[in-house]
Amino acid sequence: MTRIYSFHGGIHPPDNKRQSLGAPIKQAPLPSRLILPLQQHIGKSATPIVEVGDRVLKGQKIADATGFISAALHAPSSGTVTYIGLQPAPHASGLESPCIVIEADGLDEWISKKAIADFRSIQKKALLDHIRESGVAGLGGAGFPTDIKLNLGKDHIINTLIINAAECEPYITADDALMRERPDEILKGVEIIAHLLEPSKILIGIEDNKPNAIKALRDYIREYQLPIEVVVVPTLYPSGGEKQLIQLLTSIEVPSGSIPADVGIVCQNVGTAAAIYRAVELGEPMISRIVTLTGFALGHRQNYDVLMGTPFSVLLEAAEVDRDKMFRLVMGGPMMGISIEDDRIPVIKTTNCIIAATQEEMPPAPPAQPCIRCGMCEQVCPASLLPQQLYWFAKGREFDKARHHNLFDCIECGACAYVCPSNIPLVQHYRFAKSEIRNEEAEQQKSIQARERFEARQARLAREVAEKEQRRKERAEAAAKEQARKKLEQDQTTHATPNAEAELKKLKTAASVARTKLKKAREALKNAEDKDLDGIEKLQATVAQLEEKAGEAERAWQDASGAKQ
Amino acid sequence: MALIHLSSPHVSKANATNRVMRLVLIATLPALLALTLFFGWGSLIQLLLASTTALLFEAICLHLRKRPVLFFLRDGSALVTAVLIALAIPPFAPWWIVVIGTFTAIVIAKHLYGGLGNNPFNPAMVAYALLLISFPMEMTQWNAPFVLLGDHWSVLASFKDSLIIIFTSMNQTLIDAYTGATPLEVLKHRSGMTTEEVWRNNPVLNQGVFAWYGISAAWLMGGVFLIYRKVFTWHAPFSMLVTLFLLSSLFYAGDPSNFADPFVHLGVGATMMCAFFIATDPVSGATSNKGKVIFGIGVGALVYIIRTWGSYPDAVAFAILLMNLTAPFIDHYTQPRSYGHERANRGTGGRS
Repeated sequence: MTRIYSFHGGIHPPDNKRQSLGAPIKQAPLPSRLILPLQQHIGKSATPIVEVGDRVLKGQKIADATGFISAALHAPSSGTVTYIGLQPAPHASGLESPCIVIEADGLDEWISKKAIADFRSIQKKALLDHIRESGVAGLGGAGFPTDIKLNLGKDHIINTLIINAAECEPYITADDALMRERPDEILKGVEIIAHLLEPSKILIGIEDNKPNAIKALRDYIREYQLPIEVVVVPTLYPSGGEKQLIQLLTSIEVPSGSIPADVGIVCQNVGTAAAIYRAVELGEPMISRIVTLTGFALGHRQNYDVLMGTPFSVLLEAAEVDRDKMFRLVMGGPMMGISIEDDRIPVIKTTNCIIAATQEEMPPAPPAQPCIRCGMCEQVCPASLLPQQLYWFAKGREFDKARHHNLFDCIECGACAYVCPSNIPLVQHYRFAKSEIRNEEAEQQKSIQARERFEARQARLAREVAEKEQRRKERAEAAAKEQARKKLEQDQTTHATPNAEAELKKLKTAASVARTKLKKAREALKNAEDKDLDGIEKLQATVAQLEEKAGEAERAWQDASGAKQ
Repeated sequence: MALIHLSSPHVSKANATNRVMRLVLIATLPALLALTLFFGWGSLIQLLLASTTALLFEAICLHLRKRPVLFFLRDGSALVTAVLIALAIPPFAPWWIVVIGTFTAIVIAKHLYGGLGNNPFNPAMVAYALLLISFPMEMTQWNAPFVLLGDHWSVLASFKDSLIIIFTSMNQTLIDAYTGATPLEVLKHRSGMTTEEVWRNNPVLNQGVFAWYGISAAWLMGGVFLIYRKVFTWHAPFSMLVTLFLLSSLFYAGDPSNFADPFVHLGVGATMMCAFFIATDPVSGATSNKGKVIFGIGVGALVYIIRTWGSYPDAVAFAILLMNLTAPFIDHYTQPRSYGHERANRGTGGRS
């Protein structure tokens, strides 16, 4: 028998589980529209590979995993893609997010399934790829893509595989129902995980409030040749938190900022194990899950096998909701779930429970009173923090101190707020402080980048100025050299120049003399012609002669001066 | 019905500050009963008077501070302060003692510092210290427990007479006849006698001490009840009592004729009340479990030191106030080791 350890704190909220365990898992109705958010997991959104108007078959891949941490998406039923774009989606922010909408044709026609007959006979890489292609993500709550947790490479040696069957949140019974009714699927999935990780032991951690599930698992375990054990832990919220369950079963604490694999442990949820089995041995990608429908506003409280993308409203109708009584609609458990305002949002891979609560069941919190530091929060904190101090720091925006008090080790389980006698919404304060610190960090990162860019620009400008200066200098030097060269040349030609100039002058003078002579001769000729004097022919001849001479002198001068220029 | 959007968690324990305060009030009942049994109606009258004035002062302060008066009055914190003052002062102290006490506690020590949750000092102890320093006569005149009074018990037993004594004044002969020192005072001002001689000669000790033990037992009962109901943890009371026990044992073992024995230190005076109802005040005390232990050790040590070598025989108020001063500092250095961390963080973590 494995020894059970303990974690700090914890609470015993009323578990409200019995209500939804009265009937076996029921097939939920096939809705006419299936809405599939591209982001149903931790990591990057999937990338659509279908277009509006395409006919898709059940199980057909409609979106690819983007990058390393991401998960593929498949059509949960056959039909036609009618819309790709923003739709209300299950997210704490209540914002819309990109979705693929399929109008189901009601035929529920399967694509040809690609099952792996013997997973041991193929390469691990191929098996992992198959799991990745099947879009398997953690069904426990966070939705971490499963293939990554199973593909740790050589730098992680896994000693212990923990199968999380604790299901510590009140109300939720999806895993409990799965264990009672389909323990074989879970154990076959565990077999596949064990084949991939080769752990030396496998521990299934389960709270002692699920005797039927414990019995079902123990009955089936005998059929498997695995070092596997069902470890029953006391019912204490949040024993199903990954870190808390690891501490319960192994006494090991996952170091702050590390992942369990760093200490040789991998944790998988029972539902995920079953999904791996279905993906591998049946060839069915992750297109459905078990969802607990509960809360006193419902006529039927039980577990449903639901197609991903089924709108909440369809399920609420199936469970005969009394809308007048429904006061709060919660996706997930009452401790960590998110409240939903719009019941058109769809079931996604992480939707384990839908609670349609009446006002008596989940009344609005009374107004907060001052913190008297009673320390009840500290006594229940599973991370051994000082919630009362963190509250003061968050409220006073003393984020350095909040950080120093390990704010980021808070898992937001809500135990502190649950016990607070002053009804202070502590978790909200911590979320605020965390996001403020993250924003501050982002701002800081930005300002560091901006400074780096500014400095780079300054450096570039300085470099450019220096280069300019350099070029200017070079030019000046070149010019000086040229000057010197020219001067030298000039010096060499100075001796010839005076003669040339004198000659030019002479030519000019000659030209002007010739022009003057020509002018006078023309005047004389004109005078003679006017007075009709004798010797006109002689004068005419002289003028012609002079014209010729003046032209010659002019040309000579012009040529000479043109040559000089 | 329109759905509402709220942050998780969506359920909370039926738990409220006024429930905590109510439990504390219930836990003071044995002490009230014991005080009434041993010392007459005085304590009950003081309690009623203190409660009325405390609520009145609280209401006035809340009104002046523009806070919702009824909402905050219901938290019961003023009542707890009032009850602690009423049960700490001598049962037949004049009425104005308790009024000054509640005024100091509620107005000065609590609301001037920002009201519930923001006071650095325990309001009841601020009041007690002020009264003790300002009115030493009235504050140290306890009437003798009825076991010493014999037939005269009837004088103080009548509720009407008790009212008259508190609201008018006790005539001097009554004071001389029925009031006396507390065991701690007797042991302190022993005029050269050894511990053994004092015990033999003084009826306050050899007969009356059982009344004090009875009252301490009543406080202890209330305290254990509150630990059982998880109103506070065992850390501060346990460490305070252990420290006081060890210190007094050490000195008593070394020199029994000059020092009081450990059972006197634990059983008389306000030791038990302090351990379970004052040192456990979360607002003005240290906050982590480790911090509470250090806080308790500090209180225990100071109580012993002031009782033995200080000029005031009962030291609880001063010890608490001194340790209140250190609480923020203790908090900085006693963070628990968080999950996944190798060691606990120390200091403030701020840039200061």
